[in-house]
Amino acid sequence: MRGQVHLWAAQRVSAVFLAVAVFVHLATIMLAVRGGLSAAEIVARLRGAEGWLAFYAVFALAAGIHGAIGMRNIAGEWLGWRGRGFDALWLGIGLLTAGFGIRAAWGLYHA
Amino acid sequence: MAQLKVRIQRGDGMAEYGVAARENQTVLDVVTEIQREQQPDLAYRFACRVGMCGSCAMEVNGVARWTCRTHVRKVAEDGTLTLRPLANLPVIRDLATDMTPFFDKWARARGQFQPKDAPNGAVPAEFAVVPPSSPKRQEADAGIECIGCGVCYASCDVVSWNPDYLGPAAMNRAWTLVNDVRDGGRRERLDAVAGDAGCHSCHSTQGCTERCPKNLDPSSAIAGLKRSIFWGVLAR
Amino acid sequence: MRDRRHPAYWGFVLHRVSGIGLALFLPLHFWALGHAIQGEAALEGFLRFTDNWAFKAGEWGLVTLLALHLAGGLRVLALEFLGWRARQKDLVALSAGFALGAGLMFLLHAG
Ligand code: HEM
Ligand code: SF4
Ligand code: SF4
Ligand code: FES
Repeated sequence: MRGQVHLWAAQRVSAVFLAVAVFVHLATIMLAVRGGLSAAEIVARLRGAEGWLAFYAVFALAAGIHGAIGMRNIAGEWLGWRGRGFDALWLGIGLLTAGFGIRAAWGLYHA
Repeated sequence: MAQLKVRIQRGDGMAEYGVAARENQTVLDVVTEIQREQQPDLAYRFACRVGMCGSCAMEVNGVARWTCRTHVRKVAEDGTLTLRPLANLPVIRDLATDMTPFFDKWARARGQFQPKDAPNGAVPAEFAVVPPSSPKRQEADAGIECIGCGVCYASCDVVSWNPDYLGPAAMNRAWTLVNDVRDGGRRERLDAVAGDAGCHSCHSTQGCTERCPKNLDPSSAIAGLKRSIFWGVLAR
Repeated sequence: MRDRRHPAYWGFVLHRVSGIGLALFLPLHFWALGHAIQGEAALEGFLRFTDNWAFKAGEWGLVTLLALHLAGGLRVLALEFLGWRARQKDLVALSAGFALGAGLMFLLHAG
């Protein structure tokens, strides 16, 4: 029960962060897409920028966790996948996804 | 006189009846007429016939309603009524459901008042004074008129996806008690409604709020429970 | 048959479907950006590869999905944390309008 409440809380807290982060993300993309995406532009913005690295790392973590908890809820309701085993599995998927994103952010930082 | 086509779920099949369409008739009138004139062994439930008891609820053309307060001309589609027993509950026979799981969940959600002053059930010496204008009183008043008809429960997807889910009515009741300043069971009650079988699985789809014939708002009550638990956990 | 004929229910369905879409896309997105690990040239190559109408349409769909989900998520958070009641219906309409607006804005910028 405690665990379920914590999952819920983690999803809502990450949602609040994502709401702000997505605004920032979309705004930068909309500026960047003008005249087409280019790797040079992306890299110029992100290379060596600790601020952006931190932002994208936390963004990836929040998105990974948030999405995995959401999929956990849907799988529980629609497929009957319930219980601690499944919870651990989804949490693992969330962290793995987040790690993937942090690796990408790290790559851009060092590009 | 124009005819009304009435399809009623009986056992696994649908039975079909024809009834005279009248200017003024409720869905309950129609069911009663069918039972009296055509199908004496048709099982259904009602008591007050005026929207007080909540026992006549059924699915009318796919929507849970009090049949005694539903006019046929407002809900018939192409001169047809399709009646089924209330969803999400075991069927006893025909249109009568077994409400036991519904009320068991009220108990599980700790829907009973626990007097703060008299844990042993004794009558307190003084009347409690709860000003009607106080915010908590207003929050409790907003949900207190529930008569346990089960319409909201039958309108909730989460109940059909998770049979353990407490459902809107039980949690609406819990929320009125959480706001009752005379009650001493707040902590245990919030624990009882927490988790996947409780308020944290509600998706605010508002089927309950949309359909409650008393115009109550269980969806917002459940949101209140989530809020209290969230800030309560931080404060612990 | 459960009752699914009111705006808040459609709002829930849109929010859930867009959430699933996003959760499936997220790993792909990170994989794409992960090309940067192999340097700017690899990322540029990838961006050129995606610079055609099919990917443009996909991008547009994604941003719309994100905007839809964001709007629906803010609605849920407002109901849960701020205790909004009365203007629920307007909230759903507002959310849909916002999502559409964001999608169109992206289309204009991308064009
Ligand atoms: C843009 C900021 C976002 C906000 C404000 C937000 C908000 C929310 C909220 C409040 C819920 C709970 C809904 C409920 O239980 O009824 C939710 C569910 C969900 N979210 Fe997000 N979210 C955001 C971004 C994302 C992202 C980026 C993803 C993809 C990884 C995602 C995937 C999901 C999924 C799969 C669900 C489950 C849907 C459901 O249970 O119906 N969300 N979101
Ligand atoms: S909340 Fe409304 S619909 Fe639900 S049981 Fe009470 S009176 Fe009936
Ligand atoms: S708002 Fe919550 S309790 Fe009410 S019908 Fe929707 S999921 Fe069920
Ligand atoms: S018969 Fe009592 S509410 Fe309908």
